[in-house]
Amino acid sequence: MHSIPGRRLIMGLFLIFLLLPIYWLVNMSFKTNAEIISTMTLWPHTPTLQHYKRIFTDESWYSGYINSLEYVVINTVISIAVALPAAYAFSRYRFLGDKHLFFWLLSNRMAPAAVYALPFFNLYSAIGLFDTPWAVALAHCIFNVPLAVWILEGFVSGVPREIDETAFLDGYSFPRFFIKILVPLIASGIGVAAFFCFMFSWVELLLARTLTSVAAKPISAVMTRTVSAAGMDWGLLAAAGVLTIIPGALVIWFVRNYIARGFALGRV
Amino acid sequence: MDKTINQKAWFLVLPVFLVVAFSAVLPLMTVVNYSMQDTFGNNQFFWNGVGWFKELLDPSTDLGGRFLASLGRNLFFSAVILAIEVPLGIVVALSMPREGWSVAACLVILALPLLIPWNVVGTIWQIFGRPDIGLLGYVLNHLGFNYNYVANDIDAWVTVIVMDVWHWTSLVALLCYAGLKSIPDAYYQAAQIDGASRWAVFKAIQLPKMNRVLLIAVLLRFMDSFMIYTEPFVVTGGGPGNSTTFVSIELVKIALGQFDLGKAAALSLAYNLIILIVCWVFYTVMTNAGSERPVKEGAA
Repeated sequence: MHSIPGRRLIMGLFLIFLLLPIYWLVNMSFKTNAEIISTMTLWPHTPTLQHYKRIFTDESWYSGYINSLEYVVINTVISIAVALPAAYAFSRYRFLGDKHLFFWLLSNRMAPAAVYALPFFNLYSAIGLFDTPWAVALAHCIFNVPLAVWILEGFVSGVPREIDETAFLDGYSFPRFFIKILVPLIASGIGVAAFFCFMFSWVELLLARTLTSVAAKPISAVMTRTVSAAGMDWGLLAAAGVLTIIPGALVIWFVRNYIARGFALGRV
Repeated sequence: MDKTINQKAWFLVLPVFLVVAFSAVLPLMTVVNYSMQDTFGNNQFFWNGVGWFKELLDPSTDLGGRFLASLGRNLFFSAVILAIEVPLGIVVALSMPREGWSVAACLVILALPLLIPWNVVGTIWQIFGRPDIGLLGYVLNHLGFNYNYVANDIDAWVTVIVMDVWHWTSLVALLCYAGLKSIPDAYYQAAQIDGASRWAVFKAIQLPKMNRVLLIAVLLRFMDSFMIYTEPFVVTGGGPGNSTTFVSIELVKIALGQFDLGKAAALSLAYNLIILIVCWVFYTVMTNAGSERPVKEGAA
């Protein structure tokens, strides 16, 4: 009942609109550069794996992926670890300045990365973290920690208070209650929050590029530099692009049942 | 549910406070510091007071002209993408299949553009729109349109807008879908007994139920489109000329391109202030909507 006439057609057209540009990228990544430039073909007539082979054998390419995954994972772990207790506090207690603090956190989620690029560069250079995954991971905390708090707060609020009280009556200490009871109860919420931290850290380019130079260069920066410097190796660029889509697609698959609720930040 | 007052909760919040303060307050102080000074390189700084802020608001100066022009473009861009993405997102959410494996398949495909790194989104559309090697550009040019996003302002705008619709409509659709899913079947059955039309069901049941998530969608989309940097930068580089230079692109040009720290810092603060005001409106509206929540849940 909650659908509209012609829904199959609308959905079909929209999905085609979403997939067509991605298909074109995949298509190009299997073509030779000669084929890309000389003819317009809807599928690769002389399919080749040369671009993928190049990425997997050239260290400057594949290390970009490793660097990116490294800071994304560090960031996700830090964000969830600090956000969990805070989400519990915001959900259960009132304390001095709680509303202001929550608003301040939220405002950081919305702060433009462009504003912070230069000061971050100064800050992380000064403390010697520049060009390490830690710099990028900490910098991404500015928008991921507030987001994680926000999502987890919604999920913690969904757990009835009586559960806390019963646990404390049973003699659970706070840390033990937290780890043994609360965390398993909001496991799906933690999954969703981790998904969002992963996502926003993975897609961000400006800060990641500004805070690294050689050793920790993320894949997105490797890609942009190749475009500007080595002329136009379209096939290689397309192959690199396809490989950046895969981690995201895998992560979506794991959280597909919670995706809709997650996007509503646990607040439907 | 009443929350108990407990000041010890601060200990639980402290880690978040420290992490975010480290990456937010320290850099912001640097920005405030720079915004009052001028530099001629060599780390020599001169006091400039509120000079940059005066320039910023005066369209006749270089800085003011660039700021206000890019702000205007950015607001126009945000308005256009909201006008397209919100209705389209609602329609897509209403078109979701009801059950079965196709639900999961649609959700995964919808979410796919959201997880593509922003520069790759730019790259995808840069390639897709090229008249020589891209499907879109090729087809349009062979249909007789003289489409070239590198040289023509309007084509560049259309490309950036279509790209944003491609990238973010799914977010609106997924949010609305989450809202729709929370409507109990009894509502629809009641509507059927009353003989309500399709449109009446949408207006009286679905739209009010989506209110809250739509609010999140509109505000998130406004914020993110207002901060947009990477995608248009990769596709058009802010060009042709300055026609797609948004506030973030202008800011990065001044800060990291020209290394004009004073000007960039003043611009940053003005930019941040606008975001902060919108954010405050967002927060106020959200918390007010939240206070009505128990009533709504009780009805459901």
